[in-house]
Amino acid sequence: MYLNQFLMLAAVLFSVGVYGVIARKNGVMVLMSIELILNAVNINLVAFAAMNGALAGQVFALFVIAVAAAEVGVGLAIVLAIFRNYKTVDIDEVDLMKG
Amino acid sequence: MLTHAWIIPLIPALSFVAILAVGKKLPRGGSEIGIASVTICFVLALTVAAGWIGRVNDPPHEADHATTEHSVEGEGHATEGEGTAVEGEGEHGAAAEGPTFAKAPATKVAADEGEGEAGGEEEHHVTPPVQRNISWFQTDGHEIKVGTLIDGLSTLMLVVVTFISLLVHVFSTDYVAGDRRYTHYFAFLSLFTASMLFFVIADNTLQMIVGWELVGLCSFGLIGHWWEEKPNSDAALKAFLTNRVGDIGLLCGMIILYFAAGKTFDTVTINTMANEGAIRHFLLLVASLSLITAVMSKSGQFILHTWLPDAMAGPTPVSALIHAATMVVAGIFMVARLYGVFFHGLSIGTANINALAVVGAVTLLFGGLLAFVQSDIKKVLAYSTVSQLGYMVMALGVGAWTAAIFHLFTHAIFKACLFLGSGSLAHHIHSFDMKKDMGGMRKTMPKTYLTFLLGTAALVAIPPFAGFWSKDEILAGAQQLGGGGNGYPLMLIMGTLGAAVTGAYMMRAIWYVFFGEPRGKSAEHELHENGPRIVVPLLILGVGSVIAGFVNIPAFGFLPEGLTLRFEHFVEPTAGYFPEISHPEFNLVLAIISTLVGVSGVAIAYAWYWKGVGLHGLTERNKFAKAGYRVLESKYGLDILYTDVIAGSFKGPIARGANWVNQNVIDGVVNLVGTTARKSGELVYRRIDQGVVDTVVNGSGTFAEGSGQLLRRQQNGKVQFYGAYLFIGAAVLAALIIAIA
Repeated sequence: MYLNQFLMLAAVLFSVGVYGVIARKNGVMVLMSIELILNAVNINLVAFAAMNGALAGQVFALFVIAVAAAEVGVGLAIVLAIFRNYKTVDIDEVDLMKG
Repeated sequence: MLTHAWIIPLIPALSFVAILAVGKKLPRGGSEIGIASVTICFVLALTVAAGWIGRVNDPPHEADHATTEHSVEGEGHATEGEGTAVEGEGEHGAAAEGPTFAKAPATKVAADEGEGEAGGEEEHHVTPPVQRNISWFQTDGHEIKVGTLIDGLSTLMLVVVTFISLLVHVFSTDYVAGDRRYTHYFAFLSLFTASMLFFVIADNTLQMIVGWELVGLCSFGLIGHWWEEKPNSDAALKAFLTNRVGDIGLLCGMIILYFAAGKTFDTVTINTMANEGAIRHFLLLVASLSLITAVMSKSGQFILHTWLPDAMAGPTPVSALIHAATMVVAGIFMVARLYGVFFHGLSIGTANINALAVVGAVTLLFGGLLAFVQSDIKKVLAYSTVSQLGYMVMALGVGAWTAAIFHLFTHAIFKACLFLGSGSLAHHIHSFDMKKDMGGMRKTMPKTYLTFLLGTAALVAIPPFAGFWSKDEILAGAQQLGGGGNGYPLMLIMGTLGAAVTGAYMMRAIWYVFFGEPRGKSAEHELHENGPRIVVPLLILGVGSVIAGFVNIPAFGFLPEGLTLRFEHFVEPTAGYFPEISHPEFNLVLAIISTLVGVSGVAIAYAWYWKGVGLHGLTERNKFAKAGYRVLESKYGLDILYTDVIAGSFKGPIARGANWVNQNVIDGVVNLVGTTARKSGELVYRRIDQGVVDTVVNGSGTFAEGSGQLLRRQQNGKVQFYGAYLFIGAAVLAALIIAIA
């Protein structure tokens, strides 16, 4: 078990997440992709913590999970609000900020 | 109470604010607040007086040196000394020679002072003044202080001001009843009382200047109380502007003293240094002469007195309070307060003539003569005030300090009596013209008549009325003081002549007002004596005119010491900030002569008016007499000098000249400048503005718009594009960091 194996996994997961955030049209899928990114970070935190034998990284990871839960709560509420107004969850349709 | 005298001016100041704020809503229009505050002040002033008398009788002991410092903070023990109990704890606060003078960061002088006194004062005990001050502000390491100085002089002034003010307040409630600015009037009375009290307890010259200007402001406001009529507002302006002339002198004198005394405003320090010769004589002389200008304007001395008779345009109680009893003596008070400066600056003790004495002597005689040609009773009294103020200034000039302050005291009482009497006379007929509207009023207004007679007897200095004792002391001073014991002969002669003049013009006024047949408005109106609010103050002042002189009665060789010269004993400062002056003895021959001269004035006027003896109509027939009458009637031409020659020359030739210069020279320059500016402006407009600046401005606008158009495509509102930019940016940053590291 080497550290770089975890880092590779995290990097892959992160890239998948970024792709999902940028490319998916469904708002729910975007939220899920954000979860992927956060979890990639979690893997990094835990991996480094295990390597250094310090608990701080694992504690951070727990915090990230808790914050991610809250973030998803807010995010889903926003998606719900979008769906009520636009009858769709396609976030390409939501371009009120267009310059 | 001696250390807490600052409360006294605070009360009427608060009353001023209260009257303005709520006066109109009160049933008596705010007068009740004014009367209540002045009554409290009067009681407090009496408490201070009692405390001071106790202090003189039982001077604080020198042994308390160590405990004295806290008087500077004004806290601690000093607060416990209440009322008359000042000898006890409170005394320590402000007691004992050295530190009291030194107060705060002790000056060198003060230290010497303490020793000098401890040594050489065996005969009469030294009663140091009670000084208390706090830091007002600091600038450049220099400390400006405010504080109170309570000694005999300020105690006396506190009592006099609050006493007259109280009576005037009561008198006014009837006299100005129903006035259109009743509340406003009482507010100003309160403000005046506060300012005057602030002035008299000041312990530094800066505070004195503030008080001096404040009373001037109140005087202005009250003279112009009925400003709808042009003469009244003119008189107010005249008073204000004439006083400005003197104020220049005041400022110059105070500034000279400030620097001469080593950058201090403290009057005790200034006086002490002057007494010890620590200030050059030349500086003292210049400062004294500057300050005399201030005295001339504020205390109505000759050539700057012209505002005072005109100030009679104000309500009569105001004339009694401000223009007879209190404000106009501010100049006298200032000289008395800074007497060390004047005494040494003018060499009063060694000379036989000096500027202060000359100003006073000229004023007392020439001012008195002017009273003969006035037909307005208030103006007669106003010129009489000018003349009596001349006596006070002369007394200070010859070195008779106590006599001057004593005369200030008696004059405040009998002149307030006379002024309020004239107000009482005019209350129904609304006219002060003796010749046209009065006459025979002794029958209709017996009480006013009685009090007026008492006041006149005191003014004419008939023994044993109040004025006799004080005026006699002044003349004795003029006879006996001065260099070589030769006295001030010129001042003695003029003072004695002034007594005759005084007697004559007062008899003239009494004849016109009270005798003969009623004329004009007094014949038309059903006259009767006024109500108690007018009569009672008159009676009190009338009684005062009789008895006030006894407070400084000379010994005559048989009276016990505890009764004689009490005024001198309690009021005259004994500490080192006061010059060592000698005191004139009572001189029976002089007293008899001056009384006879005064009575002869009365007798001549009596023969002239009552008996018809003398050359009536002389002024019509004789050329010289007529010319003299004209000179008096035109008030020595001073008004003409001021308004026509000085002001007129500004209005006339100088103004025309200035206009020509204005039109031709200045306008030419201005026009040239304008044209040039316009031409160059047009050039700049065409070339630089239109050509260069506009291009730049337009270019930057176009650029901004173009780049905006370019960039707005990126703002497509789609979140995912923003996310992509974010990640691209992050990736670029990361690549850069890796590349650099």
